[in-house]
Amino acid sequence: MAENAQTGDGGETRRDFLHLATAAMGAVGVGAVAWPFIDQMNPAKDVLALATIEVNISAIQEGQAITVSWRGKPVFIRHRTADEIEEARTVDLDDLPDPQADGDRVTKENFLILVGVCTHLGCIPLGQKTGDVKGEFGGWFCPCHGSHYDTSGRIRKGPAPANLPVPEYEFVDDTTVRLG
Amino acid sequence: MSTYNPSNPLVRWIDHRLPMFSFMNEHLTDYPTPKNLNYFWNFGSLAGIILVVMIASGITLAMHYTAHVDYAFNSVERIMRDVNFGWMIRYIHMNGAHLFFVVVFIHIFRGLYYGSYKAPREILWMLGVAILLAMMATAFMGYVLPWGQMSFWGATVITNLFSAIPLVGEDIVIWLWGAFSVDNATLNRFFALHYLMPFVIVGLVVLHLVALHRFGSNNPIGIDVKKGSQDTIPFHPYYTIKDTFGLGVFLLVFAGLVFFAPNYLGHADNYIEANPLVTPALIVPEWYFLPFYAILRAIPDKLGGVIAMFGSIAVLFILPWLDRSPVRSATYRPLFKLFFWILVLDCILLGYVGAMPAEGIWVLLGQVGTAYYFAHFLIILPLLSKLETPKPLPTSISKPVTGGAAPAAAPAE
Repeated sequence: MAENAQTGDGGETRRDFLHLATAAMGAVGVGAVAWPFIDQMNPAKDVLALATIEVNISAIQEGQAITVSWRGKPVFIRHRTADEIEEARTVDLDDLPDPQADGDRVTKENFLILVGVCTHLGCIPLGQKTGDVKGEFGGWFCPCHGSHYDTSGRIRKGPAPANLPVPEYEFVDDTTVRLG
Repeated sequence: MSTYNPSNPLVRWIDHRLPMFSFMNEHLTDYPTPKNLNYFWNFGSLAGIILVVMIASGITLAMHYTAHVDYAFNSVERIMRDVNFGWMIRYIHMNGAHLFFVVVFIHIFRGLYYGSYKAPREILWMLGVAILLAMMATAFMGYVLPWGQMSFWGATVITNLFSAIPLVGEDIVIWLWGAFSVDNATLNRFFALHYLMPFVIVGLVVLHLVALHRFGSNNPIGIDVKKGSQDTIPFHPYYTIKDTFGLGVFLLVFAGLVFFAPNYLGHADNYIEANPLVTPALIVPEWYFLPFYAILRAIPDKLGGVIAMFGSIAVLFILPWLDRSPVRSATYRPLFKLFFWILVLDCILLGYVGAMPAEGIWVLLGQVGTAYYFAHFLIILPLLSKLETPKPLPTSISKPVTGGAAPAAAPAE
């Protein structure tokens, strides 16, 4: 109406305005409806509820490792030996493709906690079981494309671009760790 | 109508190789449509839109649903509680099914009133009846999936209909079940078929539209429009805007149901998990099946009831050859108009009877209603074609408006 008054035009402006307003309203409506249909594919509430777990680590002997499932992914918890810790600490950071000090990757130095998913293409590296191939650096070895990780879970050789990630965690007490 | 000449060179380049723009122009923009269509002509496009909504919400639900007797009920409850907006998408799907039938029933009665099934639109009409059948099968199988008490016992009762077939009935039912009762195998195949059927419906709808666009829409006056004359207007913008307005009104009702009364049209017993050892006190199908259910129960014979129920749809297939009157619109057929409204009331009566327990007065009313339903199509319509004297038809669809004859816009009585 206002536009008609301004231009003094009989029909065109008003019709154009209505067309635009209709299209705009339709676009907003479709957008508003589209969001729930997109959001439904995000993790549901029951999935999010399982995003935090607590693990008892008292039974892991020195030199042993366990694998727990957290958010659908394996988490490696290794009780490192003194030798392994020593090896991880003394390496020259300049030799690492993804430099990071061992101290930044652990809370308690004897327990190394990692997300056990190779940073190359998502395979699970070997090295958790006693008989496993552990790679040239005594940590883990990914059988898919030959990435070698050291005793701090850092990439040393092979196609993987980054170190095995350290998940968010905290020690609730001496024997319990909470992931997530 | 190949006057379409797009100005955009890219559109022109594509259209020369893949004529999709000229196709859309021919069928959605320039498409000549009778200028006197009333709001009852909104329901066809509305049904098409609901079909899209049902497919979109259904595919979404299938991402979270588990078709297994041990998990189905809980997976639906998980959709309601845990999945982001799952409650909304499920309520859209549930209430969309109800409104789909509301819209399609109005669409069908529109066709009945204005004689849209008559030559040359018989195949258009028959495809529509096929769509109705496919919708009923889809809705039935969809209702089984949540695996509530009504799901289970509805599935049991409906599949047992086939046991009425002489000799091979029992074997057919076991074949349908894939077991000796409605069980996991049944649930699995119902899910697979429930996912398939909407796409069958899409195919039928495409054929329905091809048949429609062969001769174009019927109109409230029921006489042929003269192509390229003053009788028709282009589909866009006149009917795109009218359909959009109707869609807006429809969405208000739809949203009202989804957000304020999502379970109003459903049955509370379906929120109890299926129990093969306990039948609910009263098995009631969803409201859109009630008239057919009443016809099933009206015949005191198992096979007879099943035949009558399927016959109530089958009779629609041959309707174009039962009603031989050359006049389409009820506006010009005073007696037909009267009997049309009696048929509407009869269908409502049957729907009411279908929801009542099969005892006492309801049995009699169901039988009277069933008898009248078939009499309407098999006796009254053929007789009317011979006996009725229609009112004089106008010479053009503009006549009743400009020439001062009886108003013909709405079937108001």
